[in-house]
Amino acid sequence: MKTLVVYLMAMPDTPRLVEAAVDAGADIVEFGFPFSDPLADGPVIRRAGERALAAGMRTARCLECLAETRALVDVPLVPMTYASLLDAYGYERFEQEAKEAGATSLIVVDLPADSHRELRRIQLVAPTSTDERLRLAADTTDGWLYLVTVTGTTGVRPELAPTLAPLAERVRAITDARLYAGFGIATPAHARAAAGLVDGVVVGSRAVEAAEAGVDELHALVRSLRGALDAAAPVA
Amino acid sequence: MGGGGTMTRTFGAYGGRYVPETLIPALEELESAWRGLAGDDGFHAELDELLATYAGRPTPLTRVERFAPGTRMYLKREDLLHTGAHKLNNALGQAVVARRLGKRRIVAETGAGQHGVATATVCARFGLDCVVYMGSEDIRRQAPNVARMKLLGARVEPVEFGTRTLKEATSEAIRDWIANVDTTYYLIGSCVGPAPYPELVRELQRVIGREAREQVLAAEERLPDAVVACVGGGSNAIGIFSEFVGDEGVRLIGVEAAGAASLGTGRAGVLHGARSSLLADEDGQILDAHSISAGLDYPGVGPEHAQLRDEGRAEYVTATDEDALAAFHRLCATEGIVPALESSHALARAAELAGQLVLVCLSGRGDKDLAEVLAR
Repeated sequence: MKTLVVYLMAMPDTPRLVEAAVDAGADIVEFGFPFSDPLADGPVIRRAGERALAAGMRTARCLECLAETRALVDVPLVPMTYASLLDAYGYERFEQEAKEAGATSLIVVDLPADSHRELRRIQLVAPTSTDERLRLAADTTDGWLYLVTVTGTTGVRPELAPTLAPLAERVRAITDARLYAGFGIATPAHARAAAGLVDGVVVGSRAVEAAEAGVDELHALVRSLRGALDAAAPVA
Repeated sequence: MGGGGTMTRTFGAYGGRYVPETLIPALEELESAWRGLAGDDGFHAELDELLATYAGRPTPLTRVERFAPGTRMYLKREDLLHTGAHKLNNALGQAVVARRLGKRRIVAETGAGQHGVATATVCARFGLDCVVYMGSEDIRRQAPNVARMKLLGARVEPVEFGTRTLKEATSEAIRDWIANVDTTYYLIGSCVGPAPYPELVRELQRVIGREAREQVLAAEERLPDAVVACVGGGSNAIGIFSEFVGDEGVRLIGVEAAGAASLGTGRAGVLHGARSSLLADEDGQILDAHSISAGLDYPGVGPEHAQLRDEGRAEYVTATDEDALAAFHRLCATEGIVPALESSHALARAAELAGQLVLVCLSGRGDKDLAEVLAR
């Protein structure tokens, strides 16, 4: 069974969007805490972040929103953000309060595996990562490993990046951790193709766009992704 | 050049490498190359030759008695450097490094356009592809520099979101680098960004301080009482300060724009790959900076300045837009020198040091600012 991870930006209406995504078949939800200067994000998530900040989604409010969501669903909820928020809030305090709000682990996009090692989190690896860095990320990651499919920022792309296959192969050779691929995965076709290489996919920008169009649109997107993954790896 | 032999990734609690994993191998490659170049006589000879025969070093030291009567004030004339600002010292050095790394495509950010022009210049000289990201608000403010960059063969990419100034231009340049890291060298314009950039840029700008120290000693047979420089990202300041940091009796004074005082009113945070003192709110969200001078209109600052502030070794003060404009007009009228608005901030505070021997880094010339000044 392949895992479907959906990213949504924290907004006042995110709890019911997450509920819809889970109902449609999402296994894990990444919960974006917006940052004013998100270096790894393309235009869709950047704009969603700007809107979230304008709507007052600061750290404390995002944590409340996370707790509200936790009350509605049972799947892992993973806050995804940037180091500046943790620096300001306090790394330990952030980790602690996120856990109390129902978070499962954490993703900090601009915190490479060799910095702030005391912070347990899901590590990211990229096509440019050396084998030594793949090993470091695999050894320190909290649960699954996040494979960045491309050298680039988040955002919808026409094809699944050709860089994913060699990366997945290199990571497989060094770890038994579950591997979920993200960045540039948007359509059922992408999901199906990626499912042949890794244990799951992360859909971010496309999910954010769908969520902006409404609950029904998000539900339909997640269902179609779920269907594609299940067809690629039928439940035994 | 001090070189990379003593390279550190942090400056006290500041600096570091807060970037997506994709960039880490490129930063390690750069750091290792830079460390290797420290003891490479061929590299130093190539760079010294370019600085002398292409850039116009050494730049002179000019006494300005009419501008600052009652003060023994000297200007280090980086405005006379080719392309009109200290930025070329850094761009030339990094272009030589990029060539040694085999990178043929250069991306850069620019605020006032001086770093963009310096980068476009060295790319033309070396036949490298050049893309410069610039906020659309800065494109409006600095039209002559946009025209120059295009003339020199650079592609100027307008950045249309956020503040539409240097902060967003820097983010966009880094995003380009993330997407094209295999072929592209990121030629950062100030002593900011992830390690090793802050140290690399300092070492390339250190030539300002090295020359100025010798020149002021030759003219006065003593060290200055104070060294004053404007601080946006802080590269001209760190370049001139570095040679005086060990001289306890020399005050080091950095002058920030009052509306962009990352050191004066900022707090610790993370921006563009480094931890430093920033204009940020209590949640770590970066705030907008405001300055008449596009080169100082940046909410961050080099991490080494934050360390020098915390240690008490350097002082950081501010000048308002009006202070800078008054100093700008006064230097034009009394000395026949048109300073950059950035450098005018340093002039404004330096002029108050009555009776002292003061060295000011005149980091650039003000031709690019005429439209902005005359519109006032």
